[in-house]
Amino acid sequence: MTATLVEPDAGRETPLQRIDRTGKRPVWEEEPSRIGQGLKGISLVGVCLAIVAPLWVVVVTSLSDTKTINDAGGLVIWPKHITFQAYTELLSGGTVTRATLVSIVLTLVGTVFSMIVSVLCAYGLSRPGSFGHRPVLLALLVTMFFGAGLIPTYLLVTGIGLQDSYWSMILPSAINVFNIMVLRAFFMSVAPELIDSARIDGAGEWRILLGIVLPLSRAVVAVISLFYAVGYWSAWFNATLYLQDSSKYPLQLILRQFVLQHQLPPGMGVAMGTGQVPSLAVQMAVMMLALIPVAVLSPFVQRHFQKGMLIGAIKG
Amino acid sequence: MKAGATTARDEDAGAGATAAATAAAGAPAGRRLSLRPGDRPRKRAAAAVRPELAGGPTRWQRIRRDRTLLLMVLPAMALLLLFNYIPLLGNVVAFQDYDVYGGGMLHSQFVGFANFQRIFEDYRFWQVLLNTLSITFTQLILFFPIPILLALLLNSVISDRLRGFIQGVLYLPHFFSWVLVITVFQQMFGGAGLIAQTLRQHGYNGFDLMTNPSVFKFLVTAQSVWKDAGWGVIVFLAALSAVNGELYEAAAVDGANRWRRMWHVTLPALRPVIALLLVLRVGDSLTVGFEQILLQRDAVGPGASEILDTYVWYVGIRTGDYSYAAAAGLFKGVLSLLLVLLANKVAHMLGEQGVYSKK
Repeated sequence: MTATLVEPDAGRETPLQRIDRTGKRPVWEEEPSRIGQGLKGISLVGVCLAIVAPLWVVVVTSLSDTKTINDAGGLVIWPKHITFQAYTELLSGGTVTRATLVSIVLTLVGTVFSMIVSVLCAYGLSRPGSFGHRPVLLALLVTMFFGAGLIPTYLLVTGIGLQDSYWSMILPSAINVFNIMVLRAFFMSVAPELIDSARIDGAGEWRILLGIVLPLSRAVVAVISLFYAVGYWSAWFNATLYLQDSSKYPLQLILRQFVLQHQLPPGMGVAMGTGQVPSLAVQMAVMMLALIPVAVLSPFVQRHFQKGMLIGAIKG
Repeated sequence: MKAGATTARDEDAGAGATAAATAAAGAPAGRRLSLRPGDRPRKRAAAAVRPELAGGPTRWQRIRRDRTLLLMVLPAMALLLLFNYIPLLGNVVAFQDYDVYGGGMLHSQFVGFANFQRIFEDYRFWQVLLNTLSITFTQLILFFPIPILLALLLNSVISDRLRGFIQGVLYLPHFFSWVLVITVFQQMFGGAGLIAQTLRQHGYNGFDLMTNPSVFKFLVTAQSVWKDAGWGVIVFLAALSAVNGELYEAAAVDGANRWRRMWHVTLPALRPVIALLLVLRVGDSLTVGFEQILLQRDAVGPGASEILDTYVWYVGIRTGDYSYAAAAGLFKGVLSLLLVLLANKVAHMLGEQGVYSKK
């Protein structure tokens, strides 16, 4: 992971420096040419279609009945007879229901755990001049440039007996140094006057963190929570590496088996016999199960990005 | 990284204040200041006036004062120690003939650099290194410019609501898992995918991009673009929004047209960000989407799709040759570190900020 660019003062308004975005063209700007506008519109529509169109096909196919799918010869582009049969089939018990529940619980527990550890760490490092914060910071940053490597980590995790335990999905990936750095940068940008006056009034560090710093950092806490949640929800590799027992598989593993490998794991719902290839609608419905939570939650992050609360980014 | 720069600035401020305090109070140099620099500068001035406050606390007093903060850092440190630093030491298996059943790391025989010698004599390893670099290069050429172009395009959209909507669409795939992205691609470009299906219905031959080794690096790049190019826009949009609007106005008044304004105002504003991301990408040359490629390794075959990370996984986890795999992993880690340092140095030489700077 490479990560960068945290603006320490991002929470504060700098009206002069922003381009005036009142939704009107500034007077000094020349009128755009028809052709230019047209090309711009076409490229924007094209970009959006490239992202939305495949998802549209997946949604429509997951909602189609067998006849529509057969008529279309596979994927369906226009809906005809909408049916939720694939979803009721999947969620009426069996492998997919269990995997979905596993993923939901893992994501919730993991996110809460990661956030507690990260917020505490970030706050502990955010008071300038505190004892020992520099070596700790260095210890964190070093791991961004030099990871331990797959094999030693694997030997350790299996060595301490986490194999086949859900903790193997949480503990090794629980903290993300970049996320801690973003949180820390925001905690440091909280106006020192507020913290000082609280301290004079006799508030301790816990009180300052819970009563002042966290409420003021709600936006960044939401964003980082979402990053962690998406990480846990999407985790596939650690699951294949550490979970041997197929009854413990999270949704991403089932998704891969269903759609990429066309296999039905044993214990699939009554409607389909073992060894049968899952129907296309069912495959698409599994994709939708993996997709819906992120598609619902990510617009909330975007709101916070747009407020200019977090000027930072993650690549990879 | 800016976060690092922030610390450096605090330290400067702290050091300056200490110097001022000791100078004013005539206290012996090298004493620690009693106040945390986070406290207000006014208080530091007070400390300077009252020498008894400038005599700093001892180490134990500071630990006592900050014990809550230290306690807060503890859980993260424990995790870091257990899952980062202990495995770091675990890299000794790279210098051993590791035997899972012969007592593990503590009792395995040391073989020096024999594992590394095996790697360098293995033609597969060089093939894998070549694969990795060729995918990195393809992505550098075909992926890297896209977020910049998208950011320029988005920045020219005047309506706030429209821009917000497009941003929402662009960011969405970043939050998808790799499993999901690859299944989406399979449904579009696979043998039974939408395009092959449509072609067949109109009497043409279908095709399957997902299992074709010769286009694999382009396929991987296309998947990365679909997933992350939109997300990459954020950094550039942030840089663009920091441009002083008056610069554009002044340029326009001076007669610069749209393109000249972009060339003389917009692009210079983006240059530091572009340089930084380029440095990071080049420093990260040996890493290309591990999970993404591992998911497709079996479908495409290792010939085209094996990269350093999947090679380590295959040799270590699949075939159980832990020592060889750990040595390959360690080699990659050290080489990557050197590449980051080198890329950073080049950036500094070109007058850019780089990932971090010397104090």
